[in-house]
Amino acid sequence: MNIIVCAKVIPASSVIIELDPAAKTMVRKGVPHELDPAAASALEEALRLTEKQGGTVTVLTMGIADAVIGIRSALAMGAHSAIHVLDDAVAGSDTLGTAKILAAVIKKENPDLVLCASESSDSYSGIVAGQLAWLLGIPALTFAKEIAVDGKKVTIKRQSLTGYDVCESELPALIAVASGINEPRYPQLKGIMAAKKKEIKKYTAADLGLGADQVGAAGAKEKVLSIGRPPARAAGKIVNDEGEGGKQIADFLAELKVI
Amino acid sequence: MSDLIWVYAEVVEERISTTTLEMLTKAAELGAAEAVLLGPAPDNAVATLGEYGARKVYRSADSVFADYLTAPAADAVAALIEKHKPAVMLFASSYAGRDLAAALSARFDSGAIADVGDFILKDGSVEATIPALGGSYQNTSTLVSPGTKLLLVRPKSFEPAQRPQTPQVEEVPAPASAEAKRIRVTQRVTVKPEGPQLEGSNVVVSGGRGLKAPEHFEMLKQLAELLGGAVGATRAVVDAGWVPYSMQVGQTGKTVKPNIYIACGISGAVQHLAGMKASKTIISINKDPEAPIFKFSDLGIVGDVFQVLPQLLEELKKRKGK
Ligand SMILES: Cc1cc2nc3c(=O)[nH]c(=O)nc-3n(C[C@H](O)[C@H](O)[C@H](O)COP(=O)(O)OP(=O)(O)OC[C@H]3O[C@@H](n4cnc5c(N)ncnc54)[C@H](O)[C@@H]3O)c2cc1C
Ligand SMILES: Nc1ncnc2c1ncn2[C@@H]1O[C@H](COP(=O)(O)O)[C@@H](O)[C@H]1O
Repeated sequence: MNIIVCAKVIPASSVIIELDPAAKTMVRKGVPHELDPAAASALEEALRLTEKQGGTVTVLTMGIADAVIGIRSALAMGAHSAIHVLDDAVAGSDTLGTAKILAAVIKKENPDLVLCASESSDSYSGIVAGQLAWLLGIPALTFAKEIAVDGKKVTIKRQSLTGYDVCESELPALIAVASGINEPRYPQLKGIMAAKKKEIKKYTAADLGLGADQVGAAGAKEKVLSIGRPPARAAGKIVNDEGEGGKQIADFLAELKVI
Repeated sequence: MSDLIWVYAEVVEERISTTTLEMLTKAAELGAAEAVLLGPAPDNAVATLGEYGARKVYRSADSVFADYLTAPAADAVAALIEKHKPAVMLFASSYAGRDLAAALSARFDSGAIADVGDFILKDGSVEATIPALGGSYQNTSTLVSPGTKLLLVRPKSFEPAQRPQTPQVEEVPAPASAEAKRIRVTQRVTVKPEGPQLEGSNVVVSGGRGLKAPEHFEMLKQLAELLGGAVGATRAVVDAGWVPYSMQVGQTGKTVKPNIYIACGISGAVQHLAGMKASKTIISINKDPEAPIFKFSDLGIVGDVFQVLPQLLEELKKRKGK
């Protein structure tokens, strides 16, 4: 079974995200990047599936040059190869533009299964996976908490508001994993060494037959009008517990007439 | 003529979901509100939609919408949109809502705006406010594609208000193609949550990793009981298996807006804040004075939960004469 994992590489979680109000985007250039932990979970599922059933795992990232660091960690975790869509023309893509780019690559590769995270950790629109599946003409099994593949049949436990739904479909399909589906493995030294030799194929939008009017800021249907900080919440009272902390909360609750 | 604004109605636990009613209220405020309700629903569902301002309900009770994921609803809604051309269609940022909006936005090549906290109609399109990254920054976005503007709305963005109508009902044909039946739902499992539910609670007491072990959630249960509230949690402790997912507050859990939110041993990550920041009063206990949660707290106690909580419990019992 051949699997493509759509993995976003994002500003490292330790970084306070800065805004560029002029460009109306988050600042991505010049900040440390890492493999999106949500994507690492999708990759972990892909690795487990191919370890059991054979096949290959390819990670697919659309991102700036700095994304290579995240692609390398995916390769070090065990992905067999990688594809990096790297092109200034794709900068500023909206969700649908992103899905079109990913779809164009995936059509070339023709995998049995596409794995995504239901939501990326930095923009979490939660719709790229569904858009991508529609563009590929395959079913989208989203918010998966558990995955089983048996021959051509895929079954997932899908997160619901009240528990979960068991859903089944046929390959080829797209599965988007829910957060917490697994604990992704850490790359080991051997994997890190091996990753250095693995191929990272590069594509531009033009290679994919996508015109500038379809992708990037120019092709985006969603236009960001402004970006800024919301009004700050009025500062509250912060006190050190000198042995009276519990009482202070009780007093405050009494003031608010909760008790 | 006022703008036609549609709401995709969802049923959760045998009732029209609160988010549906919130969206309807907003739709009725801005234009002519209509709802699409597909699949099995309780008897009073259409009437409920009317109470909150829907002047028309597109309806099919066909079980195909419950038995198969996304495609049947996407086909039916796409046909309705093509026929009636609403200016805007609102979906909840729920599991079904996101899948459906994703499929439709690709199908119409229209895009969609996700995670909308508020919106206005402007210049033949929408201007939506998106409280991105848990509200640490805020975008406004518009859609430049022609046709119906698809928006995914965050729960608790609007206050539901009644605006009674007797809705006209139009039957919707159910798709029957094999193509629409590619993802079969074979089983629905309800994980029965214990205790009072987060939704609609006036007081929410939440715990994070600072509580150290699952058994210490007992203190929170007692506190919630004394205050007539419900217990919530961070994803860190849900992922660790201490408490069930139904208790998770945040971007990928529940959005709550109680009068009082008490955060115990919670750092205040943006994804957690996304689900509770709109609470009226926030009280937090954390031993790290630098914890981000303090920036959002009306009262913050820099201290150890194992000191502060037992004292608070004592104090409340005393004051309530227990
Ligand atoms: C895509 C995505 C979605 C997410 N969705 C959610 C979500 O829906 N909800 C959510 O909550 N998180 C979510 N997260 C996770 C989030 O980023 C944080 O990791 C999580 O909220 C942290 O939980 P925590 O505060 O319990 O743990 P920590 O961040 O580890 O904080 C524990 C806190 O406890 C304090 N502490 C320790 N001991 C004590 C003590 N004895 N007394 C008092 N204080 C103490 C510490 O100072 C610390 O501040 C999401 C993350 C991603 C990437
Ligand atoms: N730039 C990207 N490169 C690769 N995959 C992506 C990219 N953007 C989004 N995805 C995929 O789509 C999922 C959902 O993203 P989002 O809709 O932003 O929450 C992610 O978890 C990835 O699997």
